[in-house]
Amino acid sequence: MARADQALDPAQDTDLFKDTEHLVRLVVLIVVALVAFVVLRTAVVPKSFGQYGHYRGAAVGEAAARPIAFAGRDACEACHTDIVEQKKQGKHVVIACEACHGPLAKHADDPSSVTPPKLDTAILCARCHEANSAKPKGFPQVATGDHSGGIACDTCHQPHRPKIETSTNETKAEAKAETPKKTEGKK
Amino acid sequence: MDLTRRRLLVLLPAAAVAWKYVLAGTPEASPNYRLTEHWWSMLIDIPKCIGCGSCVRACAEENDVPEGNYRTWIERYHVSDWRIERPEVESPNGGIQGFPPNEESGGKNFFVPKLCNHCADSPCTQVCPVGATFVTPDGVVLVDKTYCLGCRYCVQACPYGCRFINAKTNTAEKCSLCYHRITKGLTTACCEVCPTGARQLADLKNPKDPIHEFLRTHSVQVLKPHMATGAKVFYNGMDGSVR
Repeated sequence: MARADQALDPAQDTDLFKDTEHLVRLVVLIVVALVAFVVLRTAVVPKSFGQYGHYRGAAVGEAAARPIAFAGRDACEACHTDIVEQKKQGKHVVIACEACHGPLAKHADDPSSVTPPKLDTAILCARCHEANSAKPKGFPQVATGDHSGGIACDTCHQPHRPKIETSTNETKAEAKAETPKKTEGKK
Repeated sequence: MDLTRRRLLVLLPAAAVAWKYVLAGTPEASPNYRLTEHWWSMLIDIPKCIGCGSCVRACAEENDVPEGNYRTWIERYHVSDWRIERPEVESPNGGIQGFPPNEESGGKNFFVPKLCNHCADSPCTQVCPVGATFVTPDGVVLVDKTYCLGCRYCVQACPYGCRFINAKTNTAEKCSLCYHRITKGLTTACCEVCPTGARQLADLKNPKDPIHEFLRTHSVQVLKPHMATGAKVFYNGMDGSVR
C-alpha cells in the first residue's frame, strides 16, 4: 500500500506510475461498481424505507387508509335515537348495534340506497343464548329446542328490550301455558 | 383534438369509471392521529366470554379473511379434574358459528379468544428477511403485503400460531388490530361486536384508559410469558392450563 500511495502522489517521480496501471484500473472498477450500486439502490429501495425502522414507512399509512366495514356504535346511534331509548330499558343496552345487524358502514354512508338485511332471530339469539357448559354460569342460557320449540324468539321477546314486560303479563302467561315447564331460563 | 362521435364513445366508459372513483371519495385519512402518542394492546376477560363467535365473524367481514383462515379465533377448553395439565382444546372453524354442546360432562369448561399478541419484541418481525413485517411506533405488528415474499418464516416463528399465508395473494397475513379503525378513533371490529365486553381495546400510553386501573387490580397474564415476546394481549382470569 505504501507504494501505491507514493505512486498516486503527483509530487513524486513520474516513473513510479509505470507499474501502477493495474491499480488504477482496479480503483476505476470499484468506483464504477459503487456508483452502479448506489444508483440501483436509490432506484429500487422505496423512499420511505427506514423512516421508522427496517421497513417501508409508507406501509403504516397504507394500512391505516383501508376503508372500514363496521360503522361503529356512535354512527348508528346518531340517527336511530328511538332504538337507543328502547335498548336503555333492557340488558341489551351494552351490545353494539352491529353485533347483531352486521357490518353497515355502507348504510351509514348512504342510508337510503343500502338497507340492512332482515335478521333471523331463531339463529341470531341462539348464538349467544344457546346453553353450553363452557359459558359463564351467570349468563342467561336456554336449550332453544325445549325453550321455544322452534318458534322464532321475537314472537315473545323484543330483541332490543328482551325481557318480557309486566304490562304484557297476559301474553307471558299464555306463552308459559303453551310451553309448560320448558321456560326454565338459566341452565 | 376534434371531439368526434367515435372519440366520445371511447371516452364515455373511461369517464364513467373515473366518476365512480370521484363518488367513492378518497379513503378517510386520519390527520389528527399521532403515532407516538399510542401504544395499543388488548384486554381479554375470559370469565365474560360466551363463545358466540361474533368476533370471528366480524373480523372476517371487516378484513376479508379467506374462509378457513382466522385472524382471531375462539378455543374451548375442557379441563378434567384428573389431568389439569392436559386440557382438551377444540375450535371448530375457529368458533365462527359458535360451539356445539359439550360432549364431556364435568370438569372445567371455558372459552379463550385468541389473536395476534402484538408483541413488543415479536419473533415474527425479527425473522422477516425483507422488512415486510414490523412493529409500528404505536405498537401494532403489521404486514406490508407489497413487500412480503411469502417465505413463511414468520408463520413458523410465531409462538402463538397467529399467522397464515393468504392463498390468493401468497403473502403472510395476521390480525392488524384493525389498524384502519383504531387510527380513526374507532375500536376494532371484534371489540365493537363483542356482546359481553370480553374483549377491549386498550391504549397503554393513554393515562385515562381504564386498562391501567384494571391491570393494577386484577390477576392478569399474557400467553407464554416464558417466550419473552413482550405480548400485549392481556388475559384476565386465565386458567393455568391455557397454552
